[in-house]
Amino acid sequence: MFNRDRWKEILEVLTSNWFRTVLTAFGVFWGILILIILLAAGRGLENGIKADFGDIATNTMFIWTRRTTKAYKGLPKDRDFNFKVEDREVLRTRFPQLRFISPRNQLGGFRGGSNVVRGIKTGAYNIYGDYPEIINQDPMGITSGRFINHSDIGEKRKVAVIGEGVVAELYEQGEEVLGTYIKIQGVNFMVVGTYKKKSNDGDGEEGQKQIFVPFTSFSQAFNRADNVGWMAITAKDGTSITSLKEQIVSVLKEKHKVHPEDQRAIGYFDLYEQYNRVESLFGAMRFIAYFVGILVLLSGIIGVSNIMLIVVKERTKEIGIRRALGEQPWSIRKQILLESLFLTIISGMAGIAMGALFIYGVNSLLDASGPVDMFANPSVSLGVVTGALVILILSGLLAGFIPAQSAIRVKPIDALRNE
Amino acid sequence: MIEIRDLHKSYQMGSNSLHVLKGINFKAEEGELVAIMGSSGSGKSTLLNILGMLDEADTGDYILDGVKIEKLSETKAARYRNKFLGFVFQSFNLINYKTAMENVALPLYYQKVSRKDRETKALKYLEQVGLKEWANHLPSELSGGQKQRVAIARAMAAEPKVLLADEPTGALDSTTSYEVMDLIQQINDQGNTILVVTHEEDIAHMCKRIIHLRDGVIVEDKKIDQVRASEYVQ
Repeated sequence: MFNRDRWKEILEVLTSNWFRTVLTAFGVFWGILILIILLAAGRGLENGIKADFGDIATNTMFIWTRRTTKAYKGLPKDRDFNFKVEDREVLRTRFPQLRFISPRNQLGGFRGGSNVVRGIKTGAYNIYGDYPEIINQDPMGITSGRFINHSDIGEKRKVAVIGEGVVAELYEQGEEVLGTYIKIQGVNFMVVGTYKKKSNDGDGEEGQKQIFVPFTSFSQAFNRADNVGWMAITAKDGTSITSLKEQIVSVLKEKHKVHPEDQRAIGYFDLYEQYNRVESLFGAMRFIAYFVGILVLLSGIIGVSNIMLIVVKERTKEIGIRRALGEQPWSIRKQILLESLFLTIISGMAGIAMGALFIYGVNSLLDASGPVDMFANPSVSLGVVTGALVILILSGLLAGFIPAQSAIRVKPIDALRNE
Repeated sequence: MIEIRDLHKSYQMGSNSLHVLKGINFKAEEGELVAIMGSSGSGKSTLLNILGMLDEADTGDYILDGVKIEKLSETKAARYRNKFLGFVFQSFNLINYKTAMENVALPLYYQKVSRKDRETKALKYLEQVGLKEWANHLPSELSGGQKQRVAIARAMAAEPKVLLADEPTGALDSTTSYEVMDLIQQINDQGNTILVVTHEEDIAHMCKRIIHLRDGVIVEDKKIDQVRASEYVQ
């Protein structure tokens, strides 16, 4: 393989007709460049859109109650009903595959009026009554203090975890936050922690302006009895929430005496399904990128194969001489294969390098111009580059194979015949 | 050194079968210098191709240095050619992008001789044919006679048992032809067995034995008094 004479010869052959070699190499170069750019663009789009999902656990559904539309078991239609706190235990025992079940209650919301007061400052925020598990479903970084814990739930402590956005609005710069009190709809809560969410999409600002208090304290303070606003349910890894949601809904229907065929009484949103839909879209995009890229690459490879055939044709006599001098057929085959491989890999590497440069350029352009909607950090992973290299090696061998076969079919006697 | 018994060869030309060699028998001892003569179509090139293992006979035996040459795979033929035979062609057949020295070293490369030894040997043989100063020239920079001498050096480099020369002077003027024949005679004087295919009487008479071929059979096989080519070379 690393034989000086062999490589010398490969270079001699490939440099004997520069123009032709460069043109041939360009086919492969172009193919791999297109492949890399397509994959990087797909990845950029994917990164951009996935950023909208933030850090939320994606194997999650949200479920809430609406009005019944069918009379059932002596109960009229158009009946209002609520999930209850004990539903959590019911679901937990019925569905061991569930990882987190978080009942939630909420105050405030879109265009809500001011509901939080601290001294002379006021603000309008979303206030959630939550169980400690919610931090796993809607991840946030605790920047100081702590999050809600089970003792808070058990003792119905009036404590609150507030977002950095709330801190910025209700507190002076550098003021101590932990241990202070804020008044939520007239009820005092002690701040025990602050958080910052990572999501970097358009809702980022809003995400920092939330207040989390223990579910039980929330219910007591704001007279929610044992009602539940909605629930966030996450399944364990390995089970998709999509496969469970029908059963969950019917269990809840049964428990709340809702007609089994009442489609409207319980509403839900399956994040996992949405995520999968997006995921399969990206899958399709990746497929198209590979498909188009590999086809373009293939035409480049056919070019290489063609040129190698011509080279073999041109060198028929030379190959005949070599064989008369005693060169083994496999050695000739190896020579042709190596030439093709060398040409393919060199031009492919140039294509990969060019693609990387291109991605680098786009990235620095994106960095300079600030975030663009639905497009972020186009890139190809090392795996893809390795894959491209493997494709190159295989295609180089493929491109060389037919010419190599035709080279060893050259009979020395035919090649040497004085025409 | 070479023994051939009842060699037959025919070519399929469309629906016709062309019987080229119709039972050839001959023996050549070590150190002989044999001319194979015949008009075109007499089968002399076919015979040389078979002797050179570039082609295979239909029937008959071919024994080279005690080894029966039969059922040759391409790989085996290549190995035998490399080990037993040196070729000199009418059209020189040097590889045009390799220097004289690289051309001479080529058979040694196929014998997996180390690079340094190859160069030393190639230079030695180039010196023998009087072209040491031209070692780093490409074939395109050499004259016809020089090219043929490089080709002879190449054929000798692998130290073959038999040197096969197919019209070695066919593309050369008579002065150069005699120079080349002088070289061939010198090589023969060192004890090498050489077969020369030619249709030129004067060239044939510079050998020690002439075999006449006509229509695929040997019509004459005689020892002659060798004419030294050096008489014609000043």
